[in-house]
Amino acid sequence: MTPDAGGVDAVIDALTAVFLVLGALMSLTATIGLLRFPDLMSRMHAATKPQVLGLFLLLVAIGLQMRQWWVWPVLVVAWIFQLLTVPVSAHMVGRAGYRTKHLHPELLSVDELEAVVRRSANDPGEPGSAVELDNVLGLGETGDGALRGTAGQNLDDRGDGRGDQGESKG
Amino acid sequence: MKDVVLIVTAVVLTVAAAGAIVRIAVGPSLLDRVLASDVLLGIVGAALAIDMAVNRHLNNLFLLVALTLIGFIGSVTVARFVADRRGQANDS
Repeated sequence: MTPDAGGVDAVIDALTAVFLVLGALMSLTATIGLLRFPDLMSRMHAATKPQVLGLFLLLVAIGLQMRQWWVWPVLVVAWIFQLLTVPVSAHMVGRAGYRTKHLHPELLSVDELEAVVRRSANDPGEPGSAVELDNVLGLGETGDGALRGTAGQNLDDRGDGRGDQGESKG
Repeated sequence: MKDVVLIVTAVVLTVAAAGAIVRIAVGPSLLDRVLASDVLLGIVGAALAIDMAVNRHLNNLFLLVALTLIGFIGSVTVARFVADRRGQANDS
């Protein structure tokens, strides 16, 4: 930032200052949500959403300060990859949280996956069974059948003494 | 104005990083710690971006691009392999 700016430079500097402070506050928002929310799902929302907007504001601030044309494509690439990768990690963490039961069901307003799990427990072999469910959830290629314990069937299919899988619902 | 912006953002990011570290220490589950470390990585990226914007240099720009490119691999890997272990319900 230029110390004694006037005219357009002053406006750009003020805009940059606002963007920088707002972008830093987005990180603070993510941390506050991380500290105060009750379970993993809501913490996942708070941790993965505000920082994308915060990084966007900071990248715009860099572009405003540098004023070289070749900077903008690099900044756009950085933000697009942030937009592409953050939902992936949020989805993976949320799914792992559901499968390992790190959630409070009474705090959820809608749980669409529970109906699928219950249907697969009642009708084994039908479409929507545990193997189908693994395919739906995107783990079909690994073939570990990780939801079978939830569906209440094939509890010890690997025979490695995982008897504690059966105490789930279903 | 440059000093004011630097001080304000430094304080805000320090508080945010301290909170993320608290969440890493408290847990209670592994996925919470992974989420908090992701937030901490975002805070580091934000600090790099603020340094570049205030001091008008581009030394860290490609570090920032690489951060956004591969920063998600760690949390995805941990989330993929934590899905195999269960047995305790509702300990979050």
